[in-house]
Amino acid sequence: MLFELREVGLERGGKTVLDGLSAGIPEGSTAIVGPSGAGKSTLLRLLNRLADPDRGEIDYRGRPLAAYEPLALRREVALVPQLPALLEGTVESNLRYAAELAGEELELDRTLGLAGLDASFAERDVAKLSVGEQQRAMLARALAQRPAVLLLDEPTSALDHIARDKIEAALAELRRELEISVVLVSHDPEQARRLSDWVLRLEAGRLAGCGPLAEVLA
Amino acid sequence: MVEAAASTSIHIAVWQVAASLALVALAAAISFWQGADLERDIGIATVRSIVQLTLVGYAIKLIFEADTIWLVLVLLAVMVLFGALTARGRAKKVPESFGPLLIGLALAGATTLGLVVALGIFEPTPRYLVPVGGMVIGNAMTASAVALNRLGDEMGEARARIEATLALGATAREAAMPTVRRALRSGMITLVDSTKTTGLIFFPGTMVGMLLAGASPTDAVRLQLILLYTLLGSVSISALVATSLAYRNFFTPATQLREPGT
Repeated sequence: MLFELREVGLERGGKTVLDGLSAGIPEGSTAIVGPSGAGKSTLLRLLNRLADPDRGEIDYRGRPLAAYEPLALRREVALVPQLPALLEGTVESNLRYAAELAGEELELDRTLGLAGLDASFAERDVAKLSVGEQQRAMLARALAQRPAVLLLDEPTSALDHIARDKIEAALAELRRELEISVVLVSHDPEQARRLSDWVLRLEAGRLAGCGPLAEVLA
Repeated sequence: MVEAAASTSIHIAVWQVAASLALVALAAAISFWQGADLERDIGIATVRSIVQLTLVGYAIKLIFEADTIWLVLVLLAVMVLFGALTARGRAKKVPESFGPLLIGLALAGATTLGLVVALGIFEPTPRYLVPVGGMVIGNAMTASAVALNRLGDEMGEARARIEATLALGATAREAAMPTVRRALRSGMITLVDSTKTTGLIFFPGTMVGMLLAGASPTDAVRLQLILLYTLLGSVSISALVATSLAYRNFFTPATQLREPGT
């Protein structure tokens, strides 16, 4: 298993966000689905230690997450947040920053291409990109670190269907090109069907289903 | 070494101070006439200024008469402590801001006063260290309070960007640096701007005081320049130290952003 969750619980402001969650996430492509407020994004943030659970344990490749050094873990398990949040500057400067943090050589054109952006985007000011383009620049920035796992939080929630299709095409292409596991949060079961083969379904912070796509989203 | 330029100091009689209260009455009248509702505050401000300055005047008189450096150091330490407490009240969004403020003010005071004495600009006597120390710590307090106030606001506004940067494996320092830089800038910019316009748009207090006390304009200007540069030093040190220490309090030891209010 890529991730193994055992009795994971988390509270925020006196409210239970995740409650006794036990589930496995295999290598490959997994979707975390469920209604708004089900705890999907919170669970994703636990997987690269942007937050830690109050109770329970999470293993990553057979070792407790808490045993990993957080900064090194985040370069290996990259998270792309729901809303784009790039650093001021060009797309290239953002990608270069991420690659340098991970100690990786940047293959600029290829990385842009993997995120569905052509080479002309490198010099573009991030402040002048559309939200869809920014979201793809965020994806490219994460890929610049050559992560082993990509965590995507509602990567298309703020986009129209044309921009959404472009991101989804880029993700499908990614899986063909790279040996990378993807954990995707989505409120849209159809998107989960298109992009994943394993599903975790959450409802009000509790596990409502976990298994192969065909079983959970039948 | 700066000489005691205004040795022919002027004497101010109590009736002259009392007469200046006419202008306080004018301010209160304007407030009442225009319904600004500040009469009570003007009254409190006037009484507090009389009591506080009179007490400080006597304290300074005692310290001057005792002529010992230890009493000066105690006075400066008290100023640093109250300065940090006051500044903390303006930096409410910064977790545990008292420590960074205290260290920032203490370092700003110690470094700038130490330097002006070491460079032979001022003698290490109460006559110089008390007024200069008061100005240094007062300005350092304002600058670090402004800087941390801005830091608190910006860390809240930039939360998404900071967390997205942490998600790439950046350190807390790397993720917070653009925010810390802006906070530092806002702490320093007021004094930098007023230094630029000094003499053109306003006459700074020390110069005005020296001219009123009968010093030559050349001496007044020179002392004012020394003080402005000293203040620039202290403001930079306090804002730098306070922001550099305070931003860490927004992060957990595992380099996670703390939830607001925890």
